[in-house]
Amino acid sequence: MAGIKTGKEMSIIEARHVVKRFGQFTAVDDVSFAVERGEFFALLGPNGAGKTSTIRMIYGFSPLTAGRMEIFGLDIGSEWRKIRSRLGVCQQENTLDPDLTVAQNLFIYSRYFEMDKAVARRRAEELLEFFALTGKRGAKVMELSGGLAKRLQLARALMAEPELLILDEPTTGLDPQSRHQVWDRLFELKKRGLSMVLTTHYMDEAENLCDRLLIMDHGRIIAEGRPQDLIIAHAAESVIEIDGPSAELRNYVKQHAVEHDDLGERLIIYAEPRGELESQVREKFCVESCRFRAGNLEDVFLRLTGRGLRE
Amino acid sequence: MSRVHLTDISLRFRHIWFRNLITYHRIWKVNFLVPLLEPAFYILAFGLGFSGLVGRVSYAGMQLEYTRFMAPALVATACMWNSFFETTYTSFVRMYYQKTFDGILATPVSVEEIIIAEIVWAASKAMAAVAVMLAVLIPIGYANFPGALLCIPLAFMGGLAFASIGMFFTGIVPTIDMFNLPIFLFITPMFLFSGTFFPVSGIPDWAGICSLAFPLYHMVELTRFLCIGAIESQPAFNLAYLLLFTMIFGYLALGAMKRRLIK
Ligand SMILES: Nc1ncnc2c1ncn2[C@@H]1O[C@H](COP(=O)(O)OP(=O)(O)OP(=O)(O)O)[C@@H](O)[C@H]1O
Ligand SMILES: [Mg+2]
Repeated sequence: MAGIKTGKEMSIIEARHVVKRFGQFTAVDDVSFAVERGEFFALLGPNGAGKTSTIRMIYGFSPLTAGRMEIFGLDIGSEWRKIRSRLGVCQQENTLDPDLTVAQNLFIYSRYFEMDKAVARRRAEELLEFFALTGKRGAKVMELSGGLAKRLQLARALMAEPELLILDEPTTGLDPQSRHQVWDRLFELKKRGLSMVLTTHYMDEAENLCDRLLIMDHGRIIAEGRPQDLIIAHAAESVIEIDGPSAELRNYVKQHAVEHDDLGERLIIYAEPRGELESQVREKFCVESCRFRAGNLEDVFLRLTGRGLRE
Repeated sequence: MSRVHLTDISLRFRHIWFRNLITYHRIWKVNFLVPLLEPAFYILAFGLGFSGLVGRVSYAGMQLEYTRFMAPALVATACMWNSFFETTYTSFVRMYYQKTFDGILATPVSVEEIIIAEIVWAASKAMAAVAVMLAVLIPIGYANFPGALLCIPLAFMGGLAFASIGMFFTGIVPTIDMFNLPIFLFITPMFLFSGTFFPVSGIPDWAGICSLAFPLYHMVELTRFLCIGAIESQPAFNLAYLLLFTMIFGYLALGAMKRRLIK
């Protein structure tokens, strides 16, 4: 069969024409992608795009309606136990065990993986240290703030030394300090060669952390690539935002067929960095409220998925 | 899609049993107080308030003091309450509010193992409660020593039966307050008509035949046999019924819970 890979070059995740239906509703609609070993991969998309549904099929929580999902080259349908013993999951909702203390949460989790008890104790200590939770080891989970709870969930996902870490919105609801702390940890893990799959609604997070990403909407993949390539392809390296654009500016933009989005109150122009267009706009139209900035993933995301609210 | 896979059941379930033991351990004083005091309350209340009205009960050809007749049934009902409550309210909280099972389903543990663990745990808890009760009943002469000690393993078996049907209800009730329904329609009549407070031989035949369907009836018969050596049915039949009941509702519970947990 064509496309079969062996040994080192084998993808860590290979999703082929994956479909997930809930009754009549199709949450994931014919999605195919691959994640390579050591890669930091992101799944982006508006609320309800199908990110969590996709992720749940990766770790065998939800059965596939159609298609095939291979993790570590093993089929998730039949080899789920082997696969799950090699990956760590930080779920979107808080699934920490509120009946247990912080340290017990880690230890009991290791039992589900049948880790050696002495190794597990050592590992728990390391992780408490790594996530700055040592002082809270005896605390009840209910007493933890959102940031601490998320860090504990991350620590728990790493207990069994996974080869693949799955992170479903690991920083949602965290303050900037906690968010940066989590990022630092993820960077550190990436340096150690851990493969990761992340979902997030923070575009800066995906842009900073990820090697490659895909954007989903309505259960389908609408873009895929490296953050910088996507920015160049779907937005621009340089962006000009003009508040309260004048009629002349609108005319100019139309006449010169400039790549732009007209939001009524605001005009966004996608330009080349330090190009002709940029200096023209700067000289002619930027009397007061103009912002020149680099294009980013948020531009890509909004351009591809639209600015309308999701239900 | 969410069919039950018996091959997905391994001894890994014991880790969830252990998890439950740890949380139980944290509140063990409360957990032990109830079975310690419950028989004392009942025996006092029925002994003081009831015996004047009832006199002796004739059971299996014997004339028994009312409290002597009833005490073994307390062991059986404690087994029922402990295991049934564990797999209904407690498991529901773990499943629905605490999302404990969702967390476990990210580890190499199967849904089947989670459910088996909950059922076995509930039976273990019932067994512990019964052991504590016997520690009260044996010294005050309400249960034979050492025969009544067999009630402990029996409580595990009976516990499996009640826990299985409880788990089945947990798999199908939409909300936690809906447990009122199976309790009102199933547990309460069972509690009253299983030869607990009066012998089944004393009620009309049709009611007696209905009682045969209740697992509690078989539990009560067996505990009474082990505690005071009197029985009106066949112990082997009672045991077989409990086993069959456990297998049927254990399987139904696996199906219902799997449908509920797998999305
Ligand atoms: N168990 C379920 N039953 C029915 N529909 C579901 C179920 N789980 C998810 N859905 C639906 O599938 C769609 C995709 O949901 P999913 O949770 O995958 O989205 P998401 O991309 O993770 O969104 P969010 O960013 O809000 O977390 C949604 O419309 C959701 O309502
Ligand atoms: Mg989600």
